[in-house]
Amino acid sequence: MPTFEYAPAPESRAIVTIEKSYGLFVDGAFTRPKATFATINPADETVLAEVTQAGPKDVDRAVAAARRAYEGVWGKMSGAERGKYLFRIARILQERAREFAVLETLDNGKPIKETRDVDVPIAAAHFFYHAGWADKLEYAGLSASGAQLPRPHGVVGQVIPWNFPLLMLAWKIAPALATGNTVVLKPAETTPLSALLFAEVCQQADLPAGVVNIVTGDGRTGQALVEHPDVDKIAFTGSTEVGKAIARSIAGTSKKATLELGGKAANIVFDDAPLDQAVEGIVNGIFFNQGQVCCAGSRLLVQESIHDQVVAKLKRRLGTLRVGDPMDKNSDLGAINSKAQLQRITSLVEAGVAEGADRWSPECTLPAKGYWFPPTVLTGVSQTHRVATEEIFGPVLSVLTFRTPQEAVAKANNTAYGLSAGVWTEKGSRILWMADQLKAGVVWANTFNRFDPTSPFGGYKESGYGREGGRHGLEAYVTTAPATLTGATR
Amino acid sequence: MVTVSTTTRTAQDLTAQARDVLGVSRLTNHALTSWLHGIPGVDQVGCEARAASLGTRSIKTTSKAWAIDTAIGMIDLTTLEGADTVGKVRSLCAKALVPDPLDPTTPRPAAICVYGDMVATAKAALGDSGIHVAAVATAFPSGRASLPVKLADTRDAVEAGADEIDMVIDRGAFLSGDYLTVFNQIGEVKQACGGAHLKVIMETGELVTYDNVRRASYLSMLAGGDFIKTSTGKVAPAATLPVTLIMLEAVRDWRELTGVQVGVKPAGGIKTTKDAIKYLVMVSEIAGDDWMTPEWFRFGASSLLNDLLLQRQKLATGAYSGADYVTID
Repeated sequence: MPTFEYAPAPESRAIVTIEKSYGLFVDGAFTRPKATFATINPADETVLAEVTQAGPKDVDRAVAAARRAYEGVWGKMSGAERGKYLFRIARILQERAREFAVLETLDNGKPIKETRDVDVPIAAAHFFYHAGWADKLEYAGLSASGAQLPRPHGVVGQVIPWNFPLLMLAWKIAPALATGNTVVLKPAETTPLSALLFAEVCQQADLPAGVVNIVTGDGRTGQALVEHPDVDKIAFTGSTEVGKAIARSIAGTSKKATLELGGKAANIVFDDAPLDQAVEGIVNGIFFNQGQVCCAGSRLLVQESIHDQVVAKLKRRLGTLRVGDPMDKNSDLGAINSKAQLQRITSLVEAGVAEGADRWSPECTLPAKGYWFPPTVLTGVSQTHRVATEEIFGPVLSVLTFRTPQEAVAKANNTAYGLSAGVWTEKGSRILWMADQLKAGVVWANTFNRFDPTSPFGGYKESGYGREGGRHGLEAYVTTAPATLTGATR
Repeated sequence: MVTVSTTTRTAQDLTAQARDVLGVSRLTNHALTSWLHGIPGVDQVGCEARAASLGTRSIKTTSKAWAIDTAIGMIDLTTLEGADTVGKVRSLCAKALVPDPLDPTTPRPAAICVYGDMVATAKAALGDSGIHVAAVATAFPSGRASLPVKLADTRDAVEAGADEIDMVIDRGAFLSGDYLTVFNQIGEVKQACGGAHLKVIMETGELVTYDNVRRASYLSMLAGGDFIKTSTGKVAPAATLPVTLIMLEAVRDWRELTGVQVGVKPAGGIKTTKDAIKYLVMVSEIAGDDWMTPEWFRFGASSLLNDLLLQRQKLATGAYSGADYVTID
């Protein structure tokens, strides 16, 4: 029997130049590297570069630079002028797309096909989208009639995760700049490189010094930024645990915050669903980015009558998933981002098996070096199992069943989270009813993991508060309160 | 699993087997409708996204060389023009016998596809080369003729030596919900084929929706088609990746249901090596490697062959030669 073997098709890494070590990007320039730590390629554990651990004084300087830029230039600039810078950044991101895609894959471990087709294009799209808003904020319906026009908060501190380093940067920086705020952003400890390359883009776009500052480091740097007294607003994406700590630390201050945290999304498949596409949606929902997605469809809720059929189709489909070298253009799954994350996934799956779930993975050979976990399906999972309640943040699907739409809703909502959900049915009225009942910030109908800058994204319950993207996302970056009550007038 | 025998089937056999598959005592249009409409639907957006994502596979070096040779061997080299002459058909057959005079290792296409009156000419030109002669029949391309005319058309081609018959379904009957007529006509033509392989052209460009494509695929397989084929090439759109995806899922699921393997033939509009490779990726990842031979997958195409030959030369020599370094037929 002839077989169609795909020869290796590696993307070249020659397009991107990685420095030996990086300083911080403060006030429009890079500082000298100091107190560095290594960032590695999780696919083979090689060191990519050394980056600086920013201390409280560095954060202080970055915030001061942002304040100067806000008061001196950016806060006064007309929306139309700000928009020009955002358009310029968007175009440069597109022009340098391959460079960003390669760097992101090296630093994060996700497949090049995702950085090339998802992360980088959508990051650029966020800048294009928000560039368009910059001169139209008065007309965005952000203030009640008679209230003050929307104004920026001032200096925004932003802390982002490692799962979509550049895309989360774009989600944060684009609306902040469009609304006239200046930014100090801390990328995740394990994935700082695309943010540092973005700093180069800011220089290339002639963005005024201090409007965007990038400080690298671990949780201590993030804490220093969040607790800094001259930061007016915090925007955070990451774990619920850290989100709660941030909420505690800013309680009682005038700081505003938006938190985009964890999730345990239900992907609900009814017996009248378009099954082949539903299987694709299940795969995309939990294996996209190795399942390291806050809105991942980690709980498959399938109508009991089609459980066996769906699981059989799913297993056959997983047999064609290609796991391996993230730089290979044909890889569907890459590496887990860090050793710590791999350990978390491993221990939660073991707990799931210990609690009685059946574990299955397709045959696949994992590379010897690096952090790898095979695509995994856990069947026979109940609501009480840890793998049904805790966020695994890995390529692990928990399969549960339901009998009626009411039971599907009850099970889907029976979680501390509420970020996203998916509904698969050919019945339009049921989609609308489900969307109404599900306590989730995003409900996808007959699709999953679709992101668009025009659409607001955010959670219920422990998945956080505030929305990002769309007109709603602008609200978090402006104030319409009387001027004396805001920190922005300092 | 329903067992279906693969020996020559009479119309009665086919109907009996269809009743088995449907689990009914009498094969009525109502029974066919219930069955076809009970097959899970197709979500258009998801289907097209899946086809597009398979289209991004990067096929390089050794796998590209393998894919090019495999694709050449799957071509039904086609001429279906009112202006076809004996000379034109002989020339096309000569091309099939020696696709690339510069490189004798070049594989030959699977078949020559012509109108029924050209079968004898093609047969004589191809001799015992093993290249099949496929004839379009049943009032191709519209299919708007009475059943006796369609059967006579088929028998005529088979008697002239056709190894394969490419019939068209009655799209009018299908779209008006008269599935039983479509089923019966396929069955009758299948019988008229005798030992010749039957490809059932659904003309997906006229069926329009993916749900219709899926239902027509199941209906064609139920009625005994050996192959399901997208298009006549006379209607736009002809073959597309998403339509072929639906058909590949259908033959895959049909084999699981009945144990019978059915082939797939996209036809029309596939012109480049890049396109052909996308189809092969889809065959491999949707239906599986069992379909990766000319016995189970064909391309209905004319200009595709020369692009494959050019790409083949480029892989071998490292240089792209140009259109004058492959022969026109």
